[in-house]
Amino acid sequence: MAEKDYIQGATGPWEIVIGMEVHAQVLSKSKLFSGASTVFGAEPNHQVSLVDAAMPGMLPVINKYCIEQAVRTGLGLKAQINLHSVFDRKNYFYADLPQGYQISQYKQPIVGEGKLLLDMPDGTTREIGITRLHLEQDAGKSLHDQSPRETFVDLNRSGVALMEIVSEPDMRNSEEAGLYLKKLRTILRYLGTCDGNMDEGSMRADVNVSVRRPGEGLGTRCEIKNVNSVRFVQQAIEYEARRQIEILEEGGQIDQETRLFDTGKGVTRSMRSKEEAHDYRYFPDPDLLPLELDGEWVNQIARGLPELPDEKKARFIEKLGLSPYDASVLVAEKESADFYEKVAKGRDGKLCANWVITEYFGLLNKSGQSMDDFVITAEKLGGLIDLISDNTISNRLAKDVFALMVETGKDAATIVEEKGMKQVTDTGAIEAVIDAVMAANADKVAEYRSGKDKLFGFFVGQTMKASGGKANPNAVNELLKKKLAG
Amino acid sequence: MSLDRTAVAKIAKLARLKMEPERLDAMTSELNSILSFVEELQSVNTDNIPPMTSVMPMKLRQREDEVTDGGKPDAVLKNAPQRQGDFYTVPKVVE
Amino acid sequence: MAIDPSTLTIAGALEGLAKKDFTSVELTQASIEAMQAARPLNAMITETPEKALEMAKASDARRAAGKAGLLEGIPLAIKDLFCTEGVLTTAASHILDGFKPAYESTATANLWQAGAVMLGKLNLDEFAMGSSNETSYYGPAINPWRAQDGTRLVPGGSSGGSAAAVAAGFALGATGTDTGGSIRQPASLCGITGIKPTYGRVSRWGIVAFASSLDQAGPMTRSVRDSALMLQAMAGFDPKDSTSVDTPVPDYAANLEAGVKGLRIGIPREYRMDGMNPEILALWEQGKAWLKDAGAEIVDIHLPHTHYALSAYYIVAPAEASSNLARYDGVRYGLRVPGKDLIEMYENTRGEGFGREVQRRIMIGTYVLSAGYYDAYYTKAQRVRTLIKKDFEQAFQRVDAILTPTAPNTAFPLGAKTDDPITMYLNDVFTVPVNLAGLPGMSLPAGMGADGLPWGLQLIGRPFDEATLLRVGRTVEKAANFTAKPTAWWRA
Repeated sequence: MAEKDYIQGATGPWEIVIGMEVHAQVLSKSKLFSGASTVFGAEPNHQVSLVDAAMPGMLPVINKYCIEQAVRTGLGLKAQINLHSVFDRKNYFYADLPQGYQISQYKQPIVGEGKLLLDMPDGTTREIGITRLHLEQDAGKSLHDQSPRETFVDLNRSGVALMEIVSEPDMRNSEEAGLYLKKLRTILRYLGTCDGNMDEGSMRADVNVSVRRPGEGLGTRCEIKNVNSVRFVQQAIEYEARRQIEILEEGGQIDQETRLFDTGKGVTRSMRSKEEAHDYRYFPDPDLLPLELDGEWVNQIARGLPELPDEKKARFIEKLGLSPYDASVLVAEKESADFYEKVAKGRDGKLCANWVITEYFGLLNKSGQSMDDFVITAEKLGGLIDLISDNTISNRLAKDVFALMVETGKDAATIVEEKGMKQVTDTGAIEAVIDAVMAANADKVAEYRSGKDKLFGFFVGQTMKASGGKANPNAVNELLKKKLAG
Repeated sequence: MSLDRTAVAKIAKLARLKMEPERLDAMTSELNSILSFVEELQSVNTDNIPPMTSVMPMKLRQREDEVTDGGKPDAVLKNAPQRQGDFYTVPKVVE
Repeated sequence: MAIDPSTLTIAGALEGLAKKDFTSVELTQASIEAMQAARPLNAMITETPEKALEMAKASDARRAAGKAGLLEGIPLAIKDLFCTEGVLTTAASHILDGFKPAYESTATANLWQAGAVMLGKLNLDEFAMGSSNETSYYGPAINPWRAQDGTRLVPGGSSGGSAAAVAAGFALGATGTDTGGSIRQPASLCGITGIKPTYGRVSRWGIVAFASSLDQAGPMTRSVRDSALMLQAMAGFDPKDSTSVDTPVPDYAANLEAGVKGLRIGIPREYRMDGMNPEILALWEQGKAWLKDAGAEIVDIHLPHTHYALSAYYIVAPAEASSNLARYDGVRYGLRVPGKDLIEMYENTRGEGFGREVQRRIMIGTYVLSAGYYDAYYTKAQRVRTLIKKDFEQAFQRVDAILTPTAPNTAFPLGAKTDDPITMYLNDVFTVPVNLAGLPGMSLPAGMGADGLPWGLQLIGRPFDEATLLRVGRTVEKAANFTAKPTAWWRA
């Protein structure tokens, strides 16, 4: 581990160790063990079956598609798929846990060890181990702020399928934790197994943080529960690491506990209501049987996997000549990668990447619109890039054209035509401009000819200016050199 | 293995059962008599015997992903001891 | 004509209905009157006479339209562990106060589909936990059979109300559930017939769960044929129960009279226990002789782990129950006892809502699943369960059915076994292994003891071979010719 990652305490350097448990809501129409809808935002208790409300005698029946989604995710994380797995009951009492237990997977999860690659800003990658992935039910929702004396309970979420994805404690700073969460989200969205919508709670992270002296064994960890954005995850880690270091440096010790991140104050605090030691009394759910998967079925899912971000990135680098950084920017969202590929089809990959990343994303962000709604389609951007490639307009002028495209909705060719922005490649016309420039600056011509080479740039600028930016820069260069030489 | 009163009180807490002190004493002796009764199991040789997971040889059946249920808040809420609109209510929980 | 339901079987009543000797409304009316007259037995928690007459009327209309189902017009009583739509369902527990389900259990829905009529909901041990019906929040059900000195006796349990209703004669049949003997033991103590089907044969959906891996519902009737008919209607694949088996239900009544010639009947030596009542030993011998006389071959078999069944059961069943009963928390239905916060509300509700035996089992179950004890208790018990099942599998390679006693005793006085839970648990010593192995088992009334009370014999079958079990049962029934009936003292 690089020393730059160490935190300098009063008594020397400390290393942070981070592992994450991410709860990702499975993208499915109905719940894991009941036929109620999973759509977000319904009226309270309107998407609840009698199974979700744990009425007496109600029984769970598993959703096949949720199993398929878990397997798909496991394959996407290059993980071991366990053909035999078991659903257990995790027993505890809570107002929004109607059964008094959560159906989860404890000792035998559906997915075993896998890995995830972080794309570091310097273009390198770093591997983070995935310990396991298992399927479980979500709980309902308790609302504490509706009444002074009561908590309101809504069971719409109760029974929705979650994947709990557990990482190894492989991360060493908050930046890596942020990258991990982003990359996991990207993979899930590529696979279509989770919408990754953190605002709606589709992805929540429990973050395990501990600190240690470099080279020493793992310290005691604290678990920060239910953090729901990348920024909060990073803030929580920064705060928690400092807190632990402070305690240790004062000779104290860390209590293994569950903490909450207070997003308002930016601090973590102990969850008092969970103070009582838990004993979840896991045992196999007798209402269900062990889950046996068919190996051929798993292979079939594997064959149907889409190209994932790592593979896409590698292809962009190898086949299209992009830099690792540009490639990882483009693959971060499947939508962007797809857009880029449409633009780059039959065109220069690097030129297209520059245009998509710098110009297109720039104006898109400024517009505040989604890619679907934005006036610039892949075809339109492609049309503009074609005009650059065939020397109709210069790269510089193209930026003006692009701004007009956003403004007017017209395509590049029309704008260039209407505004007469076509690049001048006719050498006669350019020579005439150069002659005029040289005549107007006879003193500078003399200086140049007496050895002041640096003035060449001045003549290029003046020529381009006089041509209204339309002169082909290459032709200007060539002709100027010839003429100035005398 | 024998349970004392403190251990029994802890189990009652875990099971969310209010237990008056005198009941706790009786429960302690009842649990201990049941535990000593089942103690005989320890003498059975179960080396290499797997624990039973399903009494009949069956595969876990899987249903299709279709919305077939929900949309009946009245059926869900009609037996509620206390409610506010379409919410269940419980004594305030402080986290 | 005046109908006396206590003289009828289901098969007999179906004949009478078909021949228009009486209508379902008449039969149901007579049953309602008999039910009301039998209130001293406390067999019912909820009587539903209006619903019964309404259903009977609809049944008569169906029959008139030529659309008679398998149990068309037959009045039945339902153990109050089955959820019945719009009708109070209590599991005989205070904690389900006022609970009216918005749904009907699959098993009862199947019965109504077959044309049966519901008289009401039957008493039972609270959450089916007990062997005497004395743990009911609604007070004990009383056995129609009395001791010779008039002492009131328990009907057995947990389906005590079911057995009492059928033995007293006001219900032609009743539903029961059996987790460790809860159909067979009360059937034995009340002199009736009851069958616990193979695990997975009858849907558990809508039946209040006790121990999910052991619970099975079944019929309790006055004859083997009636059990066959009722089981026919109750059984079947249910996609809402993941442990329901997707195989067709055979015609159980078809081969009832086929006899036992050529069948091999196993006699497990381990069921002969120290200090057993000589009456039941003699009756068991008698049962062997009846079957042998009818052409069966009697084979001595070995079920070596029988002795450990009760211990394994008293770990597995409470463990599952402790979790199954966690949903009774005062939040969504039933009793709520207020408290200063959520935890206290839970503790007050559950402390007041559950009776002693239920609390005992929740406590044991919670303990055996807790960290540090899980393997020593729960895993160990499930391993022993595997051994018990293997014992039966090996035996069934050599035999077609197994004959044993049902219970170690006849009906006993109220309060006789309530002081020590273990004494009560021992009542299930012969029935529990069958649940642990998931097998079908039935109890038949086979003879009377010197105390003037019925004894039962148990038959155990291969998985999903209820048909053979019923056929052997019919042979024993014919040979035993058990015709004794309790005097209707409760009418006085």
